Amino acid sequence: MTTDTVGRFERSLDELAVSVAFTSAAGATDRLDAVLETPAVGVPLPFDGVSLPERVAAEPTATELADARTGITPATFAIAEYGTVAIESRAAGDEPVSLYPEHHVAVVAASDIVPDIGAGFDRLADRFAAGGDSIVFATGRSATADMGGLVHGVHGPGEVTVVVLEDR
Amino acid sequence: MAERSHEPGQSDTGAAPNSRAETAAHLRHLLETEGEAIHTQTSVSNYRRAQAYDETDNLDALRTEARAIKEDAIDRLPELIETVREAVEANGGTVYLADDAADANAYVADVVEDRADTDGSEAATGSEESGAGDGDRNRPSVVKSKSMTTEEIDLNDALEADGIDVTETDLGEWVLQVADDTPSHIVGPAMHLTREEIADLFVEQFDPDVEFDTPEALTRFARDHLGERIQAADVGITGANFVAADSGTIALVTNEGNARKCAVTPDTHVAIAGVEKLIPSVRDLEPFVDLIAKSATGQPLSQYVTMLSPPTNSPTVDFESPDEPLGGDDGTAGANRDREFHLVLLDNGRTDMREDDQLRETLYCIRCGACSNSCANFQSVGGHGFGGETYSGGIATGWEAGVHGQDSAAEFNDLCTGCTRCVDACPVKIDIPWINTVVRDRVNRDDDPEAYDFLVDGLTPDDEPDGFDLGKRFFGNIATVTKLGSATAPVSNWLGDTELVRSLLERTLGIDRRRDLPTFERRSLVDWFAARGGERESRRRAAAAGPEDRHSELDREVVLYPDIYTNYVDTDRGKAAVRTLEALGVPVSVPDLPESGRAPLSQGMVATADRQASRVYAALAEDLDAGRDVVVIEPSDLAAFQREYERFLPERSFERLRDNTYEICEFVFGLLEKGADPSVLSTGDSDGGEDGDGDRDGDGDGNRSIAYHSHCQQRTLDLEAPTTALLERCGYAPRTSSVECCGMAGSFGYKREYYEVSMDVGDRLAREFDHGGTDLVVASGTSCGDQLEALLERDVPHPIEVLAPDSTV
Repeated sequence: MTTDTVGRFERSLDELAVSVAFTSAAGATDRLDAVLETPAVGVPLPFDGVSLPERVAAEPTATELADARTGITPATFAIAEYGTVAIESRAAGDEPVSLYPEHHVAVVAASDIVPDIGAGFDRLADRFAAGGDSIVFATGRSATADMGGLVHGVHGPGEVTVVVLEDR
Repeated sequence: MAERSHEPGQSDTGAAPNSRAETAAHLRHLLETEGEAIHTQTSVSNYRRAQAYDETDNLDALRTEARAIKEDAIDRLPELIETVREAVEANGGTVYLADDAADANAYVADVVEDRADTDGSEAATGSEESGAGDGDRNRPSVVKSKSMTTEEIDLNDALEADGIDVTETDLGEWVLQVADDTPSHIVGPAMHLTREEIADLFVEQFDPDVEFDTPEALTRFARDHLGERIQAADVGITGANFVAADSGTIALVTNEGNARKCAVTPDTHVAIAGVEKLIPSVRDLEPFVDLIAKSATGQPLSQYVTMLSPPTNSPTVDFESPDEPLGGDDGTAGANRDREFHLVLLDNGRTDMREDDQLRETLYCIRCGACSNSCANFQSVGGHGFGGETYSGGIATGWEAGVHGQDSAAEFNDLCTGCTRCVDACPVKIDIPWINTVVRDRVNRDDDPEAYDFLVDGLTPDDEPDGFDLGKRFFGNIATVTKLGSATAPVSNWLGDTELVRSLLERTLGIDRRRDLPTFERRSLVDWFAARGGERESRRRAAAAGPEDRHSELDREVVLYPDIYTNYVDTDRGKAAVRTLEALGVPVSVPDLPESGRAPLSQGMVATADRQASRVYAALAEDLDAGRDVVVIEPSDLAAFQREYERFLPERSFERLRDNTYEICEFVFGLLEKGADPSVLSTGDSDGGEDGDGDRDGDGDGNRSIAYHSHCQQRTLDLEAPTTALLERCGYAPRTSSVECCGMAGSFGYKREYYEVSMDVGDRLAREFDHGGTDLVVASGTSCGDQLEALLERDVPHPIEVLAPDSTV
């Protein structure tokens, strides 16, 4: 990761109308708390020293998922070129938590931001080789043009925020 | 879905033939009802696609890589099927190889019924009510994401016949399901419907409490309605954009997010994919993921590229146990203990396509719709006109011929005019016009002999069998017709103007009487050139014009190819080309050369075109050996030399001809670049003007404004730019058209069944050029010029006629 890559990622997210927030790991919980709207659901964040805010349901039920306004997940990596976050399907429920609520908050370590899609596929292949089986490249907000105009927030989130852990 | 309402030429009995009048009426109806919505959406996607391509530095490398992966995968298909079977089974899923639609549908129905029983619901014991996702919770239920492959096998009909509720969750597909309509585009299936039409449909069907006055309101309503169906579903069915064999990974490319929900919310996921979707590994996904959104809609990347190797670790979302944690008590993979996954690989003709040297390329298609969007005719009529039973757009000819049979392809195949604009758009470089030509050829050969065949036998010295469409045969042999027309001019021209003859031409050959016929010149270009003193005289003139200390690079000799239009109909542009070259010091010869094969190709007469290629090459071989350059005025003939001849000539012959042929303006621009003096030409900044700078374009820059429509095939050869550059170099301010094609496309615009489509396409071009007080309008192609002259009611010469010395244009 270089400053250039992070800057490129930020510009890509801006073009996608995705909000981005930078924080240290130590400040991450507070930062997430400031970003989310309740009710919120989440899955455990695999970054040292980072946990979900208390008012986030960390082991959500189907009802909590359906009612949630915000869903918080980690991103295994991110692709600067396109503003993409890679959401891995884990048993804890990353996939539905990133998909059902209106607002998806993805947390990514700055060191996991790769410059381009080629590097992204390198990371993907590594994860698959290490036993991962499913990853979604999520780029921007859910969208459709099927109803006579471009609309965001169809089946997936209409609002996306990426929280970058600058020291991870 | 029930009755298909868009099949052309079918009466209530389903047995009526496709007459020209019926086809014309069907297309007219589509132009009036769906054309505007289709044009708006496709032209925007096409524009954005072109922009996205321009902004991608390594675009050609990506397309080449994607194509190579597909070629390799189709080559190794039997092996990849075994690989993916092992991988999916190792993951805990099942692979089913379905021979055909019935086989696939029966398998899927069994899976759904089995899972619905397992889930403990009172499956299939409920009422007899049915309908699009009405939600009788006693019936097994399926939610689906968009899949053209399931359209191909009519899966929804089959499942509903088995008492299974099916709900499409892609918004466009759902609208079609509610409307009992069919896709008009492989990517934007409901693009023929406007927001108002969708709103009316929803009001009628659902009698909702809310007002549908915005796309947002419609989307919210659909999201909520479909969200409930997804939560209640027993099985989720998706297609697959790609399947990576070595890991059993399904790639789903979507913007809405519904495919993700369908794949992971219910405990059972069925993915249905044609066998051609297999690629070796996840690493091979990269160029496709990078290209597919760009080619489809011009987006850099789709919102969601899901790469899942099911059954996945993701927990099912069980809304029947709403208060249990998703991840299970221990938050581990135990939560997906009940997950089930079935990959249904569909053959349905694909193995035969793989064995077919001409149709095989179709299997490389990634179904992005770029060929539809870049097609001028598609932009006018959409997939309900330019499509078969399932697929639409240029590539549909290959798909329909392969999976539904040639008859389905024959219904719409003639709407491909061979303009080649899709060739640049296709992310895997499929030669879509060639597939259309080949299928047209096969359709021709299968047609029954017609009664008045003997009428044209004397006129048609072609290599085609007796019997096929008289009109096609006429246009395919246009060289003979034109020669005859010239030899008998002006009588032929007078006859062509009579109502009696026009009526006869319309009835027998299908030439629309509203279209002006070409006016034949009594003296051909070849005869004019010979009478003028031939090559010897040309040498004298070139020597007189050229400076004595000529740069050796300018020491060229040109064979000007007398295409049939330049030779017999529009000799002025040929004479202008000769004078221009001579003025720049280049001697010219204009021998009597064979027709290029373009005309028969456009009618699907491949054998005749092949023969013509050999004749042209034989006639030019000595000139090529002598180092002469072959210069071509008509872009479609140049395109034959530089594209299709690759299929007809030995590689060395093809390359030698290709490398030594030039479009006239490209060649002249090359001479200027090498130091020839442009001041001997008629330049745009030389004559008196009205805005004080000598040009009349009102901008004070000294350059005369000119509107230039390049030719579709010329653009595909990347040869629009040299003409534009030449015009600029000669003091003109060219403005180019943005429409892909003029709509005339050789014979297409003459045909009675397509005249109105042709005029609709042409109107868009004419509107671009009709305003702004442009001083001059020029076009490179004969038919482009004819079309513009008809629409603008003004002269539309070739650019070389404007630039030639002593030009009066």
